[in-house]
Amino acid sequence: MGLGRDGFAHPMNPLRGSPLTLALAVLPLAFLGLFFVFPVATILWRGLAPGGVLDLTAPLAVLARPETLAVAWFTLWQAVLSTLLTLCVGLPGAYILARFDFPGRRVLNALVLVPFVLPTVVVGAAFLALIGPRGLLGLRLDHTIWAILLAHVFYNTAVVVRVVGGLWAQLDPRTEETARVLGASRWNAFRQVTWPLLRPAVLSAASIVFLFTFTSFGVILILGGLGYATIEVAVYRAAAVLLDLPAAATLALLQLCFLAVSLVVYARLQQRAALSQRLVAARVAARSPRGRAEWAFVGITLVLLALVLGLPLAALVERALASPQGYGLDNFTSLFGQSARGALFVPPVEAIRNSLVFAAIATAISLPLGLLAGAVITYRRGALASAFDALLMLPLGTSAVIIGFGFLVSLGELPIDLRTSPLLIPIAHALVALPFVVRACVPLMRSIDRRLREAAAVLGASPGRTWRLVDLPIVGRAALIGASFAFAVSLGEFGATLFIVRPEAPTMPIAIFRLLSQPGTLAFGQAMAMATVLMLVTAIAALAFDRLRTTSVGSA
Amino acid sequence: MNQPIRTLLATLALVALAACSGTGPTPSPTSVSPTASPTAGPPTELVLLTHDSLAVSEDVLAQFESAHNATVKIVRAGDAGSMVNQAILTADNPLADVLFGVDNTFLSRALDADIFEPYHAAGVEAVPAALRLDARERVTPIDYGDVCVNYDKSAYGAGNPPPQTLADLTQPAYRSQLVVEDPGTSSPGLAFMLASVARFGETGDYTWLDYWRDLRVNDVAIVSGWEQAYYSSFSGGSGTGDRPLVVSYATSPVAEVYYASPQPAESPTGVVTDGCFRQIEFAAVLAGAKHPELARAFVDFLLSPDLQADIPLQDFVFPAVPTTTLPPVFSEFAAQAAQPLTLPPGTIAAKRDQWLIEWGSAGTALRIP
Repeated sequence: MGLGRDGFAHPMNPLRGSPLTLALAVLPLAFLGLFFVFPVATILWRGLAPGGVLDLTAPLAVLARPETLAVAWFTLWQAVLSTLLTLCVGLPGAYILARFDFPGRRVLNALVLVPFVLPTVVVGAAFLALIGPRGLLGLRLDHTIWAILLAHVFYNTAVVVRVVGGLWAQLDPRTEETARVLGASRWNAFRQVTWPLLRPAVLSAASIVFLFTFTSFGVILILGGLGYATIEVAVYRAAAVLLDLPAAATLALLQLCFLAVSLVVYARLQQRAALSQRLVAARVAARSPRGRAEWAFVGITLVLLALVLGLPLAALVERALASPQGYGLDNFTSLFGQSARGALFVPPVEAIRNSLVFAAIATAISLPLGLLAGAVITYRRGALASAFDALLMLPLGTSAVIIGFGFLVSLGELPIDLRTSPLLIPIAHALVALPFVVRACVPLMRSIDRRLREAAAVLGASPGRTWRLVDLPIVGRAALIGASFAFAVSLGEFGATLFIVRPEAPTMPIAIFRLLSQPGTLAFGQAMAMATVLMLVTAIAALAFDRLRTTSVGSA
Repeated sequence: MNQPIRTLLATLALVALAACSGTGPTPSPTSVSPTASPTAGPPTELVLLTHDSLAVSEDVLAQFESAHNATVKIVRAGDAGSMVNQAILTADNPLADVLFGVDNTFLSRALDADIFEPYHAAGVEAVPAALRLDARERVTPIDYGDVCVNYDKSAYGAGNPPPQTLADLTQPAYRSQLVVEDPGTSSPGLAFMLASVARFGETGDYTWLDYWRDLRVNDVAIVSGWEQAYYSSFSGGSGTGDRPLVVSYATSPVAEVYYASPQPAESPTGVVTDGCFRQIEFAAVLAGAKHPELARAFVDFLLSPDLQADIPLQDFVFPAVPTTTLPPVFSEFAAQAAQPLTLPPGTIAAKRDQWLIEWGSAGTALRIP
């Protein structure tokens, strides 16, 4: 990579101050501009200015409704509570997976990503099988806030485990051990040594979980029932049911305002948190648990993960294996063995292939863009970088139906009509995946020890060579974490993709929706079998990404 | 760069390239050999806008494609209501040539937005007048189905009969037995709400809102979608819940038999044939279509005997042309409402949003503990 000659004047940071950093931002900005800002601005303008002139009477009336305030308040507190609960489950999980070597660790690390890809209608069925009518646990929690919170923890634990765990696995454990040797208690050593280093990653993960739960939709409808509505649900009702664009636009803007505030808070916290440190290979950091306390901690955390993540997944597999004739593989053999039953039936092999191809394209789009954006955010601190960072996060926090409708009203004007092109599907996936890639990469990129760069520069390495030798190996690991999320986001087909018009290229989630559209024990069993296949594909993909990551460590 | 990462990126790039160059997702296996085409030249692409649950057999569709030297690109836009809204949003630059699946609950919204071109389809004379709702023929009825309460046969017996009417559902005998869908998020839920409006009316001693108050007193359960109602709350057939009454379709017992392995001799579920709301699905040529002539031919094709005969087991609804031969499993297990409830599409369009809000405000009190 050729850098400006002024690189030597800033040995601490080869890219700082270079016009190149701005150039790096061009591609991500162009992508966001075309596929996010332009569509969303078009539909919002259409809602707020129905006759081409801004008309604020309808928006003000919407904001004055008492239920708008109630919905906004509920949206906020459930998101905060969901985020905190997810951290409570995810942080111990990240800790044991990063620090300890125990049997099944690698599989567990891959399995935490599985909930992330499951369609809400499937997760809804799994939760209702456990805590719904005639639930296996004998406890009715459907249509309560607890079902919503549990489902949010179920979905988002992966974000905390993988984003925080990604950094934690590479923190040098000797720093904390030194503190212990010097007499600090285990808690004090963690609080004063590890926590400050970990904070950027925790904030990163928490911000994603917050955005994700703030815009929760399917979980709220299916598990919350009539009593609960987020702003996202209100936007959906206004746009997709009532076709009340002024109300939809107003509510979407309200959602964006909340997000802007939360992103400012995030930027403040993150600025104080950034610290560089020495990273080590994950293999060095992980060891077997020693002593009763460590084994107990690992055991309790595993039980917690099994309850929160394992039970719903097990309920799904149970449904997939159950048939009127008892347990067996009937649903799988009929799913794969059947000749086309109708145009709505999707051959599973075709669905798997479509899903994989879309996921690969979405990853191929979002990974380079995310790395470029991550580099800009890392090397150019300050207000501009913060604004850029916030802009990248917005697609995750913007109403999916607004993005979908925005595509419709804006992308028809382009030279190529993308609105009914299959390519729009992975583009929409990439839009949602981009924040995950950035959030997974930035904490690792920020933590790169400047002294390594200085040493390289002093020893005569050019800035480009410095970047290649010092930054790239770490960026590579970050990229793999980001890529695994981008891949999963696309496999799971959530967010805006549910609201874009799509040509026939059915993916695994679409196949599941279609199987669930008619009654019949066979149809339901096959849908659950398809969901199990989706889980397996995800787990295999996650294992593959993790394998790449561990083999790549150390070659630095 | 590390070798594995380089390999990963190279692989991703290759797959992306491959996908862009056309070996990617198959755009449904509807392409057809142009040998049978009556006109020379490459086939014309007809874009069909429809909802998520429309199904047509591939071989039947292929007949149309070969007869007209065309390929049909099916584009899906969510549920029926969402599809209509998206068609309206794109009226000045339409997504498609022809639309199939707008029903009588959303018809007037589409007609008011003037997104269709009038067309007198070949064979529409055979369709009963009760289904032909637009005098100006901007839409052509293709099929219809009834939304009715279904019951779990195993929960009722001689001394304990299933409900006979909508009013029965508020009786103490059926307390805590019914599950319905939220009309704001579910098409059968909306139909059931409209059935209650059609039956009890908006004025008089006992209005539709009084009926819903009584349903609540009788502990009705309300869930967001059909999947949750049928699979997780309903106790009959493939349902795994604890409530023996559910708002579903008159044809659900057919699917219970057809989508079971082995197929049972009798359906485990029955249909309450009173108080059903009739949903009629229409097709229409979109104003501004790129290929209006082909779009009209497609509407004709939807009323052709082959496609009409294909409808029952693909979409689990009744074909609009009454002379169509029904498959045995369909005619044996499908129920049909004797006197289905309907409301004029104009009334639905004018009042639906208000009813939804009134129902919703009643709904906040309807909250399930």
